[in-house]
Amino acid sequence: MKNITKLLTGAALATGLATSAFAQDDPLQVGFVMVGSINDMGWNTGHYHGLEAVQEHFGDAVETTYVENVPEGADAERVLTQMALAGADIIFTTSFGFMDPTNNVAERFPNVMFEHATGYRRDHPNVSTYSARFYEGRAVMGHIAGHMTESNIIGYIASYPIPEVIRGINSAYHHASEVNPDVEFRVVWAFTWMDPTIETEAAQALIDQGADVIMQHTDTTAPLAVAAEAGAIGFGQASDMIQFAPAPRVSAIIDDWGPYYIERVQAVMDGTWESGDTWDGIGPGMVGIGEMTDAIPEEVRASAQAMVEAIAAGEYHPFTGPINMQDGSAWLADGEVADDGTLAGMDFYIEGVTGDIPN
Amino acid sequence: MAIDPVTLMAALIVASTPILLAAIGELVVEKAGVLNLGVEGMMIIGAVSGFAIAVQTGSPTLGFLAAAVGGALLALIFGVLTQFFLSNQVATGLALTLFGLGLSSLIGESISGATPPPVARLNIPGLSEMPVLGPILFSHTAMVYFSVALVIAVWAVLKFTHVGLVLRAVGENHDAAHALGYKVIRIRLMAILFGGACAGLGGAFFSMVRVPQWTEGMTAGAGWIALALVVFGSWKPGRVMLGAYLFGGITALQLRLQAAGIAIPVELLAMSPYLITIIVLVIMSSGKSRAALNAPAALGKVFHATG
Repeated sequence: MKNITKLLTGAALATGLATSAFAQDDPLQVGFVMVGSINDMGWNTGHYHGLEAVQEHFGDAVETTYVENVPEGADAERVLTQMALAGADIIFTTSFGFMDPTNNVAERFPNVMFEHATGYRRDHPNVSTYSARFYEGRAVMGHIAGHMTESNIIGYIASYPIPEVIRGINSAYHHASEVNPDVEFRVVWAFTWMDPTIETEAAQALIDQGADVIMQHTDTTAPLAVAAEAGAIGFGQASDMIQFAPAPRVSAIIDDWGPYYIERVQAVMDGTWESGDTWDGIGPGMVGIGEMTDAIPEEVRASAQAMVEAIAAGEYHPFTGPINMQDGSAWLADGEVADDGTLAGMDFYIEGVTGDIPN
Repeated sequence: MAIDPVTLMAALIVASTPILLAAIGELVVEKAGVLNLGVEGMMIIGAVSGFAIAVQTGSPTLGFLAAAVGGALLALIFGVLTQFFLSNQVATGLALTLFGLGLSSLIGESISGATPPPVARLNIPGLSEMPVLGPILFSHTAMVYFSVALVIAVWAVLKFTHVGLVLRAVGENHDAAHALGYKVIRIRLMAILFGGACAGLGGAFFSMVRVPQWTEGMTAGAGWIALALVVFGSWKPGRVMLGAYLFGGITALQLRLQAAGIAIPVELLAMSPYLITIIVLVIMSSGKSRAALNAPAALGKVFHATG
């Protein structure tokens, strides 16, 4: 594995120019662009584990490179261009904000395959998009949270008001209130994916307001550290965060990108790679549920596990009606299942969630 | 739905302390006539070195010491470049921040995910259990009390002592101070080291008390807030402390207002700490006392002993 830091990319470029992207004997070049540090213990660590899975699966047949801490914007385009020039055969861009740079660079390198995480633009035949149905995991966490709260107040640290985050709040609330109608959600918007200080203070504020379960859609383990001290519980986010088990971390939503990355790299090797959109959940294994610890009562573990299996088998969809919108108007009729289009653009709370979504 | 004032006050003090430590250090530096924009870089180096040593040795005290040394060492680079090689202070300070952020990531690579030893909280039988004052005043880590003592000490030294007078003289007119026989460069270097140590302590407060863990870039702009507070607090220790507590207080309050579900737009709440702190301090320094013009006259100017 070759680790190119941002500073060294220029130097790597100079030596990499000579590499032909299609030389048969050379290992396949697989590039990753990360928005944060691979050591964040959350989102970026999850993608890095995917990189490691690719390297382990293919051994000498591939050469993986990554660039971390790449800002979302023009700088990303520069990094992507350098990676493509240096001979990358397939590049995974692992943050929503890399959407436009990915498509711009893809146009100029039609022989390089691009895979963009959590986006929706596929302007060129060499761009694919992929994401995970995290809301399936949130449903399970919400179920556990609803059962375990004693104060009936669940604190939720949200990042940005985008559909993915709103979907998570709705899914968690729906399943918490299903098992505990008295449950109340308090949402704090941190306006960051990763800032341990803000996350710490948000968690502390929620606990001071009476929350005894903390859910988070931000990337660091800071909220779990606060929960540990206060005797509250929480969940691992993006990565397992197992160092906080058995409590406060009672379970986790784990992003498992490895199998998808291996499949796509294999497709490039076989020459069968095609542009497409993948949105996988618990069933195919892209969303994993971290071990439920003994801190959860046994019957709750059993019912949560049953939900995991029902979702995996495709027998249960977390957004199954009847569900109303926040203002009380009907959204899903009894037994109706939300369609992917609505979910992908979700910009409303469901009935029972209080507060407004910031613009 | 109400906000509990006791937990708010306790959170306010914790949120303010790292900024206060860094700001009081920078105040001394600027009083000596040096503008060091590298506060953020020195803080993050303090955060990572304090964390690393505390994890290695299991001693928070050694951790804080290491943080002060780490911050001071980084400040020494700035001091040597600006005082001996007469480099531009603004550019050198900015470079110091960039360098500090990068270096801390490198140092921190092997230790992220570790848990630092817990820092003891004050526990005075009787006092710490008091209903309201106990949690607000008597249940913090030693660093919180140290930061307040430091502010008082800096104020007293600057106002009442010979050392303070000399330091201010160097900051107001380095040529005159030099003509009187004071070692301008040596005094400035000492001030720069002091500022670095304070910033390092502030950074370590993040990684060892407030969060406590190591994450790249975890100071997240606190150094810049500290720099702004020195200016808006018109170089007066008391006002800088007020500014730091105001900023920390509103940061803690806005999250609590959100958590309590009070219907104020989140966007307004999120910017309120910056807005209110600046407004209050600007109003305070716009009076007849002309505190806004209080900047040390030789601030940021290069000194070269000619002739």
